[in-house]
Amino acid sequence: MVPLDSVDLAAIWLTLKLATLTTVLLLLIGTPIAWWLARTRSKWKGPIGAVVALPLVLPPTVLGFYLLVAMGPHGFIGQLTQGLGLGTLPFTFAGLVVASVFYSLPFVVQPLQNAFEAIGERPLEVAATLRASPADTFFSVVLPLAKPGFVTAAILGFAHTVGEFGVVLMIGGNIPEKTRVVSVQIYDHVEAMAYAQAHWLAGGMLVFSFLVLLVLYSSRLKQGWRG
Amino acid sequence: MSNGFSRRCAALLLSLMPLAAAQAGEVQVAVAANFTAPMQAIAAEFEKDTGHRALLAFGATGKFYAQIHHGAPFEVLLAADASTPLKLEQEGASVPGSRFTYAIGKVVLWSPREGYVDDQGAVLKKDQFKHLALANPKTAPYGVAALATLAKLGIAEESLQGRLVLGENITQAHQFVATGNAELGFIALSQVYKDGKLASGSAWIVPAEYHAPIRQDALILAKGKDNPAAAALLDYLKGPKASALIRSYGYDL
Repeated sequence: MVPLDSVDLAAIWLTLKLATLTTVLLLLIGTPIAWWLARTRSKWKGPIGAVVALPLVLPPTVLGFYLLVAMGPHGFIGQLTQGLGLGTLPFTFAGLVVASVFYSLPFVVQPLQNAFEAIGERPLEVAATLRASPADTFFSVVLPLAKPGFVTAAILGFAHTVGEFGVVLMIGGNIPEKTRVVSVQIYDHVEAMAYAQAHWLAGGMLVFSFLVLLVLYSSRLKQGWRG
Repeated sequence: MSNGFSRRCAALLLSLMPLAAAQAGEVQVAVAANFTAPMQAIAAEFEKDTGHRALLAFGATGKFYAQIHHGAPFEVLLAADASTPLKLEQEGASVPGSRFTYAIGKVVLWSPREGYVDDQGAVLKKDQFKHLALANPKTAPYGVAALATLAKLGIAEESLQGRLVLGENITQAHQFVATGNAELGFIALSQVYKDGKLASGSAWIVPAEYHAPIRQDALILAKGKDNPAAAALLDYLKGPKASALIRSYGYDL
């Protein structure tokens, strides 16, 4: 008997929704950033790259705390969202999406940047001599060549968002069906000593994470053989 | 790494060991989050008066319970409730006879804004707030007391659906309110009370009869059985100096 109740299932559904939306947004936002980082000779490359990588090393509590303050009614993001008539972001699903985009940014940008850098100048120059416009070059040459990078970025961005905990705990407020994701639900179960439910969810998370990484590393291995 | 270096390291470690043994007056204490401020004050006095050092860890009582069962090095627990210490005692994880009530918690409805919370809690019925913070009632006694208070006021929990935000513990509930993300919240009086008065904002101190009393019990855990500093700390908590401090933070005794 699986002891998961409707609240657990709602948490799973919410987590998948959050991770999917975050991944889509990250691919849209991360691609231009990664492209710029891969091509630029600007002196800003170092600082911007460092900012993008910050969530890799910052404790989620630091990120969560600053987001809580920044997105609150007195913070600059909060002032902005209130000015736009959107209210404030903490304790909302939209707030979690924004936080997750920050939190998982390096996991998407870095694989993409590596993929773009690996393409090098040559295919772009060839495309240019064939009179392809920059946009055409990007969509017909760069994107197909960087496809493995996009697959890696999407998988890592998704998986990392599913595994998010500290940031959600700091800004989520643990509201069922809005901000109570699986990792928080597991934490609650452990705290409340409902170990059976905790085991089912935690075990599911473990299997999921393993499978994701298995797919990722297996596909890399295959590419290695082909290359 | 050279042999000489590792030998010097070993010598250094050996020379430190008697030092550690001589500093026997240390006690590892797990402290309920709501008791953070008073305990820091008490620990400072305790060290001044007895020479023993209390190393404090703050957190949710439920988490401490799980950690204690998995070998956490805590020697004394100051819980946020009476049931967790009782359970530990029944399970033989503590020193028998050491359990006692060190404080009775008071719940307060607080907002950092002046004049926002009236002294009857009527603001809760006005429907003007978007978020009301409290500690997770699944794990925190202050959360349970908050829900009981709402029930007593005749406010159905369902009517607040989506507006109740739960902190992992009382500290986080306070943080949600202090940062302005929730307009108001049920927290521990000790968090906003100092020297016998409200430090800032506006508040309604919930009458004690609105909820079951939050008896906070302490006890010496099995790991602290032979540590004189652990026994000294519990004695100190019962003493007049600690009692005065505890009251000044808004607890009953």
